[in-house]
Amino acid sequence: MTEATMVNVKGNKSSFAARFDRITKGGSDSGPSWLMPARQAAFARFTELGIPTTRDEEWRFTNVKRLGELVFDPNGAAPSTMSNDQLTPFDLDLPGGIKLVFVNGCFDASLSTVPALSTGVTVLPLVEAMATQGSLVEPHLTGCSPFEDEPFASLNTALMQDGAFVHVAKGTAIETPIELLFVSSSGGSPSAAYPRVLIVADQSSQLTVIESHVGVGDGVYFTNSVTDIVAGENAIVDHYKVTRETDDAIHIGAVRLHQLRSSNVSSHAVTIGGGLVRHNINTIMDGEGCTCNLNGLYSVDGMQQVDNHLVVDHAKPHCDSREYFKGVLDGHGKGIFSGRIIVREDAQKTDGKQTNMSLLLSDHAQVECKPQLEIFADDVKCTHGATIGQISEEALFYLRARGLSAEAARSLLVYAFARDGLAQIRVEPLRDQLSKLILAKLPHGDVLRETV
Amino acid sequence: MLEIKNLHASVDGKEILKGINLTVNAGEVHSIMGPNGSGKSTLAQVLAGRDTYEVTEGSVTYKGQDLLDMEPDVRACEGVFLAFQYPVEIPGVSTSYFLKAALNSIRKHRGETELDAFDFLAYVKEKAKLVDIDETLLQRAINEGFSGGEKKRNEIFQMAVLAPSLAILDETDSGLDIDALKIVSGGVNAMRGPDRAMIVITHYQRLLDHIVPDFVHVLRDGRIVKSGGKDLALHLEEHGYAEIDVQSASVVTSS
Repeated sequence: MTEATMVNVKGNKSSFAARFDRITKGGSDSGPSWLMPARQAAFARFTELGIPTTRDEEWRFTNVKRLGELVFDPNGAAPSTMSNDQLTPFDLDLPGGIKLVFVNGCFDASLSTVPALSTGVTVLPLVEAMATQGSLVEPHLTGCSPFEDEPFASLNTALMQDGAFVHVAKGTAIETPIELLFVSSSGGSPSAAYPRVLIVADQSSQLTVIESHVGVGDGVYFTNSVTDIVAGENAIVDHYKVTRETDDAIHIGAVRLHQLRSSNVSSHAVTIGGGLVRHNINTIMDGEGCTCNLNGLYSVDGMQQVDNHLVVDHAKPHCDSREYFKGVLDGHGKGIFSGRIIVREDAQKTDGKQTNMSLLLSDHAQVECKPQLEIFADDVKCTHGATIGQISEEALFYLRARGLSAEAARSLLVYAFARDGLAQIRVEPLRDQLSKLILAKLPHGDVLRETV
Repeated sequence: MLEIKNLHASVDGKEILKGINLTVNAGEVHSIMGPNGSGKSTLAQVLAGRDTYEVTEGSVTYKGQDLLDMEPDVRACEGVFLAFQYPVEIPGVSTSYFLKAALNSIRKHRGETELDAFDFLAYVKEKAKLVDIDETLLQRAINEGFSGGEKKRNEIFQMAVLAPSLAILDETDSGLDIDALKIVSGGVNAMRGPDRAMIVITHYQRLLDHIVPDFVHVLRDGRIVKSGGKDLALHLEEHGYAEIDVQSASVVTSS
């Protein structure tokens, strides 16, 4: 790595390179020494790939040019001054109280609660895990990930600072959901955070992780997150990513699932807020008999844009995948769904199903849907379906003919559509909380809340 | 209660109702019969406020007010109820939640206190008995996966819950087996009363054995061409609409 290549990052001459420079020069930001070669390789990869343009097929509908123009502080985020009161709106009211809170990418112990955990369960801030559990963490953070053709995942590896490490040992099941809350506090000059989450579920273990990304303040900020989930043989992982960033936020996050034999993983992406949100959700089913459920709900209005970009890789036989994404689009909102299912030559008896449903509420809202099936095996079942619809005039009239006002009837129909997108959430308090958030966005939502 | 004068309505520029005149008083049950395409359902939908139909001429006065000037939900709040010929399936909205919202919207409009979940449930259970509707059906999404008979019973059940002043039943009997027909008409009969008027639209005389109307009207090509008592229905069943055609043709030529 030389100065010259750093300044050649397409469209961005300084910010990311300057931050990288600061990290590689050492100091408390740099993390353990074993991480440095991975950081350097990742930054080189990011430099090579550059910030994508809309000429890049994978980014055709999502323009991130602005990222190259923003100037982020090379010193990273300022220390947290967040108080508990400021977090109240993001309280999910979950039972159990395992909660790690990160402000601008760094762990904040005063806002977090970690009760004594049962044997076999580890929940740690990543900084601490890298220092104390190096042997467990290192291979996952530095290993040549099969996903690293993605510039922003590389950027995260190069610039990551903190995040969470969750490990459940062989045969251990933890019922209490583990909550990770990433808060960006913005204002003044643009800020950036690179949270990294590593979830390792050993053989026949089970866990639930709820990851929320939220924002306060009215400044521009960038969240570039990576969540790696390694599901060992026969492990069961239930993962939720709730995105409630501010209208000025750019959120580009990856969720990467690596599944071994007979593992059962579900990952839900619920996006309620954010100016520009891109979720890259990838799974590799790298053993026989895996099950993977990817669900999503996004609700956009104003000028918001949400892009769900899924790749499901059936690498081995007898694996089932289900993708179920729903979007509600109002105002000038834009929703993008891209779902690729790859069935490798060996992966006979694959059963893959992809569904994307969008509800357009305004003439200016836009939807792009791009299903892709790449099938190299001959005994497989793969289907995809996409619907783009509007509120049914018939249904609206039926409800109005029973006495509901036009607005209440409309809200009820939108809510019913959206709530179906939350139906597969197994953590009941989370489902209730998200239902309320969806309702709160709708006119007369308060009336409906009493009813529903 | 309801006075329809020279009502003309069209859809996509095509005139369907061509001058309907009908007066319905409180306590009366009027049956409207007629062949396919005569405008029966259009009349029902126009009265309920469906905006796909354009009223081009005439007036409808309901309880002294201009009905056509009201939004569909205001009509419902004022006591107009339409039992749909084809009840709409609405996935994701449970029947009981929706009915609670509807009932409370109507109660609010009338200046009555809204029912809480507890009182509503007690009230609904009582009404459910009226049409012998399974309570588990109420937890399901509106009409989703309901059989034809269940959908029609659900309409009458909703009518019982919302207790309208003017109920318009659009072919509520079509497709019902005799048991379901008895249940549905039993529910309707239980709701007859001096303060309530009903317009029962049907294709088949059979229904009128169970719901005995005070008046029968024959609708043909967008006009009421014959009116009479309940015997008119029997006459129609026997002789069909052809005879009426001849008569109405002579009415048209002589006028």
